[in-house]
Order: sequence, then structure tokens, then C-alpha cells
Amino acid sequence: MKLDFTPEETAFRDEVRTFLKEALPEDLRRKMINRDHLTKEDTVRWQRILNARGWAVTHWPVEYGGQAWTPAQRYIFQEEMALAHAPEGSPFNVNMIGPVLCKFGTPAQKDRFLAVTANIDIWWCQGFSEPGAGSDLASLKTTAVRDGDHYVLNGQKIWTTQAQHADWMFGLFRTDSSGKKQQGITFLLLDMKTPGITVRPIETIDGEHDANEVFFDDVRVPVENVIGEEGRGWDVAKHLLGSERSGIARIGLSKERLSQLRALESRLAADGTLTDEEQRRLAHKLAEVEVELRALELTQLRVVAADAHGGGANAAASILKVKGTEMQQRMTELVAELAGPAGLAMPDHDHAPNDPDDGWIGAAAPFYFTMRKVSIFGGSNEVQKNIIAKTMLGL
Amino acid sequence: MDFDLNDEQKMLQETVTRFVAETYDFQKREHALRTPDGWSREAYAGLAEMGLLALPFAEEDGGFGGGGVEMMIVMEALGRGLMVEPYFATVVLAGGVLRHGASAQQRGDIVPGIAAGERILTLAHGEKGLPRHTLAARTTASASGDGWTLDGRKIAVLHGQSADTFIVSAITGEGLSLFLVDAAAAGVTVEGKRGYDGVPVATLALSGVNVPKDALIGATGQGEGILARVFEEATAALVAESVGAMAETFDVTVDYLKTRQQFGVAIGSFQALQHRAVEMLMQLELSRSMAILAALSLDSDADQRSRNISAAKAQIGKSGRIIGQEAVQMHGAIGITAEYKVGHAFKRLTAIDALLGDRDWHLARLVEKRGVYPASA
Ligand SMILES: Cc1cc2nc3c(=O)[nH]c(=O)nc-3n(C[C@H](O)[C@H](O)[C@H](O)COP(=O)(O)OP(=O)(O)OC[C@H]3O[C@@H](n4cnc5c(N)ncnc54)[C@H](O)[C@@H]3O)c2cc1C
Repeated sequence: MKLDFTPEETAFRDEVRTFLKEALPEDLRRKMINRDHLTKEDTVRWQRILNARGWAVTHWPVEYGGQAWTPAQRYIFQEEMALAHAPEGSPFNVNMIGPVLCKFGTPAQKDRFLAVTANIDIWWCQGFSEPGAGSDLASLKTTAVRDGDHYVLNGQKIWTTQAQHADWMFGLFRTDSSGKKQQGITFLLLDMKTPGITVRPIETIDGEHDANEVFFDDVRVPVENVIGEEGRGWDVAKHLLGSERSGIARIGLSKERLSQLRALESRLAADGTLTDEEQRRLAHKLAEVEVELRALELTQLRVVAADAHGGGANAAASILKVKGTEMQQRMTELVAELAGPAGLAMPDHDHAPNDPDDGWIGAAAPFYFTMRKVSIFGGSNEVQKNIIAKTMLGL
Repeated sequence: MDFDLNDEQKMLQETVTRFVAETYDFQKREHALRTPDGWSREAYAGLAEMGLLALPFAEEDGGFGGGGVEMMIVMEALGRGLMVEPYFATVVLAGGVLRHGASAQQRGDIVPGIAAGERILTLAHGEKGLPRHTLAARTTASASGDGWTLDGRKIAVLHGQSADTFIVSAITGEGLSLFLVDAAAAGVTVEGKRGYDGVPVATLALSGVNVPKDALIGATGQGEGILARVFEEATAALVAESVGAMAETFDVTVDYLKTRQQFGVAIGSFQALQHRAVEMLMQLELSRSMAILAALSLDSDADQRSRNISAAKAQIGKSGRIIGQEAVQMHGAIGITAEYKVGHAFKRLTAIDALLGDRDWHLARLVEKRGVYPASA
């Protein structure tokens, strides 16, 4: 047993670090540090820089632009990205529809979509959830009825992140309601410009407009846009939701935030906001967080190592998801505490940059509010615990 | 021992609770937030009509002489409605300074306007670069001619953008002192924002602002004593408000657990959620007990009062966080939308923890006093 990276892994880390130092535009780095709003253009610009280096879609199969990295390398890459304050690509493109197309796409679908997805020439959104189908996704009702060489869609999706920016949607639609609810679901791709689609924004408690309702009124989608087989969409969705376990705990992100919290602590102690006693108490809390973060990091590394040997229970991903999201939430709680009454004002809707001298204070509360979502989406933490109870404990 | 409300208190509770339920539902609140003021003058006038704006003032000042229990009743009801009107800012905070520090002449000038809902006063005390909750200030007031000249910058001024008069804390040769400052005075700049909890909040810049001699509240150097007293009263009020917000959050959540269907059953049938809803109830009841303790402590001796009030604020800081977070979580995605009440209650509970000393601040004060219970003889 040993903890150190191999010399090859260390060399790889240095290579990533050097690249990020040179390639990450300073304005984007600043925005990330300052917790300013990232525009769609910002995300696209960075994705294309990564793509040019061959690092935009590293976990896709090599023949589609991925990298034959070891789990340890993937881990290092993610951590370095976070520590360098690099933006994250669009998860819908990179982690969801891309891997699905690689596995289930026809050659024609791959040709048409993979390269433009990696480069975000098209921006995807995910149309799974419906008002009545959240954790119980398989109960979804939006219908796709075959009419010649088209499907005709009617119904509604909800919580569709960034649908307002999206060029295309991948989604689940009901083509048959006669059997078990997991059957009769079909995975479809659709152009968001198709007539009959209406997008309505939903404001969230952080003041943002990233969530949407999407309504379908006789929307015609060509049959060639089915992924996999008609009625087998549930298998495709399961593959999508189950991919990517190496990054799920988001250790790098939490480490980056911890370092920001430390910087904030020093600044507030220096300017007189924190009394000596308060600083000691905060230091104590930060130490507590660090202990947990370290424990989580080691656990994540054990999962990574198990993956390298081709093993490991799937419920490990659920453990990492639950504990990783709790960690992210705990940190934003601390930031909000630190802001206190000075953080009461909501940042403007126009996404003006935050005051850099303010060291996150202005953005602290919305940050805390927005992070409540991480224990809800991607399979809520309750659902994850159900999975652990069932698969690990046999209960 | 008696935990019952008397008949008058019961009537007050019924009236104000009905007023909030009937005139201030979630849609009305949303509408108020979107007006230029960011709050409803109509609702505030309603509070005035019921005499609530006069409630805590002495009868000789035109008030009703209401005490801690009356204030608790009102604040809990306002908390249920997540009301964003300047009741706390004007009646509790600024009004508290008038009650505990101002001369009969000053009270006679101002209280009737407050009671009628015509005047909005607010306290401007907090500053950047000072502890998040403190009696200290760096804003200065220097004697000039027949009056005073104020310079400094105040943050987190509740309803600052609507105030016609600020009560500003500033340092004089004798220490912290409190001054009435007309919002229209030369050298006053107000920058208003929407608070995350819906309550408008502002920064106030004072640059060579001249105020007359009679703008001073009490004597120079009395600011700390007055504020300390007012903060305790106001903390008890916030505790009661948070109980209202928690109770509303709890009710809405239990209702949702009963109605939201997933996997063919109400999600409230999952024991994983049942136990958490039960924990919410327990936190709510503990908080309600502490709101009562705080309300009944306002006339206790200073030492006991501050222990009890800190204990209450520490309790609701914890309970409010648990209840707010759990409510959001058990709602799923709808819990984080601005179109639904629970997320707003979560945010107000967050703000209440931050105001007038958070949980840690009050725990630290209890540490200093060696606990909640007085040392046995
Ligand atoms: C910010 C955000 C962005 C999102 N983006 C997208 C998107 O782009 N596309 C998309 O399709 N969806 C998206 N979602 C939706 C997300 O997938 C759902 O919120 C999630 O599946 C939970 O469903 P729900 O919100 O309906 O909650 P519900 O399923 O109604 O759950 C309510 C509560 O009950 C609990 N619960 C449910 N079942 C059980 C059980 N069996 N045992 C114990 N507890 C249970 C849940 O954990 C939760 O606490 C997004 C959600 C959020 C918050």
C-alpha cells in the first residue's frame, strides 16, 4: 500500500498543470475566482480550447476523441482543472449525450453529432424530468406517437437546465403505455427549433434563470432521431445516469473552494470583520471540513484504484455522490455564515461582475442557496441511500 | 406558571393571523416584491389600521404599551406570511431606539407618524471592516456650530431606500452616540438593493452631513447602552418571526409529503422522509419554547435577559437551518424555485440567523456568561 502517485502520474500532472497555466484565458480564470456569471460563450470558448488539445471529452472512447487514460489520470485531470479555476464544460454534451451516442448511436448519428457535440457547435439540454416524474422517472408521460416517418410529441418536461440556450434536446418519451412503465420509453433527439416547442423560464432561489419548462405541442421528430430502439430508452437512460463515477465526489472543486475560504478567512481577519475568537472558531470549522474532505478524497482514490482493477461495487458511486454533495453544501454554508448581514443584498439580475475586493461576500448567499440543488438532482441523496441500502446492505 | 394567552392577547393573535392569511398570500407578496418599493404600502397601512405599528410604544406616546408577548404574537404572524414590510426596521429597531433613548419631545414628534404608517425610520449601524455583529462603529460625529457633522458609511440598512429618517450610530468624544438623520439632508447617499430574503437593504453614505443639536438621541456616549437594550428586544422579535416562518415551512412541507406522488405512493409514506419531518416538528417546538422564553425575559434583570435571549437566538439559528434545508430537500426541485413559498422561507430563515448575531455569536456570549443557567449560589 502506498499513497504517492507514480513518476508517470506525477509527470502527467505536471503536463496538465502547465497546459492549464498557458491555455486558460485570464478573464475566464478571474470570473471563476470571483464567482461571476459565466455566459454560454465563455463555456463554449473554453471547451474549444480543450477540444483543440484533445482534452474536451477525455472519457469518451479513443476512436471518438477520448483519451486512453487510467482512472488515476482522469482523477488528476479533474483535480487540476478545478484547482486552476477552469470552467466546466457542458455536462449535457460531455458527460451525457456524448457517451450515449458513442455506445448506442448508429454510424450516421455518430457522424452527424459526435464532433459537433465535443466542440459544442451544438448545445444540448436534457429532457427527462416531468412534473409527475422526478425520482420516479419511469412514470414519465410525454408521448411520442408514430406518424409515418415521424414521431409526434405532446406533453411537458420540467427543470430542463439551459433549455433557453439549447440547440438540441435529448429526452425520454413514451411510445407505449401498455406494459411495465420502464418499457415503452424511447430516447429521442430533437432540434429545439422544431415548431410546437415552447420554453418557459423558471426562476430559482439564487436569482438565476437556468431552469425551464419545455412544452410540446404536436412536435414532429424524424424517426431517424431515435437512439437505440423504440421502447428501449430506459436502458439508454440508465447507461447515461450511471456513467462517470470518477468525478462524482468533485473533490477538486471542494479543494479549490476550501482554498478560497482560507483566503476569505485571512482577508476578513485582516480587515477586522473577524474577531480573534471568531477566527479561532472558523479555523476549527475549516479543520473539521478538511478532515472530511481528506477522508472523502482517500475514499475516492480507493474507488479509482478499484476501477483500475476492473472492480468495485456500483454503490460506491452513490457513497461518493452523497458525501461529495454534503461537502460542497457544507462549504457554502460556511461562506454564507462568514458573509453575515453584509451578504444580505442579492446580486443584480444583469450579472454584473461581483466586487473583487468583496471576496465572495456579495455572492455568498446565492452560492449557498444554489448548492442546495446538488443533493436533489443527479439522483437525490435519498434515492442514492436507497440504492446503497439495497445493493450493499441487501436490505 | 401559565403558558396561556389572556383574552386580549388571543384576540390580537386571531386578528393579525387572519389579516396575514387573508391579505398577504404568496401571490400578493410576489407582487409586492416586484413594485419599485419592493414592499406593499397597502399591507403596511393595514398593519397601521389594526394599531400594530403603535403596539410597543407607551400609551403617553400614542401607543398601546404592548410587551414581549404581544410583540411575539405579531412577529410570529408576520413570519408566517414572510412579510417584507418595514415593521421590524421601523417599529422594532428604530422604534426601540426611540422607546429606550429618545426624549419625550422626539417621541412626540415621531411616534405618531410611525403609528400611522406615514413615516419610515430605520437604524443604520453596521459597517464594513467591523465584526458582523457589534456595538462598535467608525462613523464619526463631530460638534460643529450648533449641531453635529456626520461622516461614515453604513451597510445592511434594512429598508434604507424607503426611510425618511435614519437613526445613525456614530462616535463622538464621549463614545457611541445615536443621531436622527433626515434622508433628504445634504451629503446623504443611499444605494438600495433587493435583499435575498426579499427585504430591501441599503448602504448609507454620510459625507459631511450636518444635523441640528436636537438630532442627538439621549446624551453623547449613551449609544451602546441604548443599542444593547434595543438589540435584545429586537432579537426576541426576530426569534418569534422565525418561529412563524418555521411553522409555515413545516406545514407546507407536511402537506407536500401527503400530496406529492412518486412510485405510485405519497412520498410521505417513505420512512426516510417521515423521520425527517418529525425532526422538523421537534425543532419547531423547541424554537417556539425559546420564543416564549425570550418574550418573557424582556423585563428580567439584564444578566438573565441576555442569557435567555442569546439562548433563544442560538436555538432558532440551528432549528431554522435544519427546517429550511430539510424543507427544500424534501420538496425536490420545486423547493429551489422562486415560484414556490418554501424557498423564500428558507432564505428568510437564513437572513434571520445572520441578523443581530448568528448562532455562533450568541453561543459565544453564553460561553462568556458561563452558560444559560445562572451559577448556583
Ligand atoms: C437545479 C436543477 C436542475 C435540474 N436539471 C434537470 C435537467 O436539465 N433535466 C432534467 O431532466 N431534470 C433536471 N432536474 C430534475 C432532477 O432530475 C429532479 O429534481 C430529481 O430527479 C428529483 O425529482 P423531483 O424534483 O421531482 O423530486 P421528487 O422525486 O418529487 O422528490 C421529492 C423528495 O422525495 C424524496 N424521495 C423520492 N423518492 C424517494 C424514495 N423512494 N425514498 C425516499 N425519499 C424519496 C426525494 O429525495 C426528495 O427529497 C434538475 C433539478 C434541479 C434541482
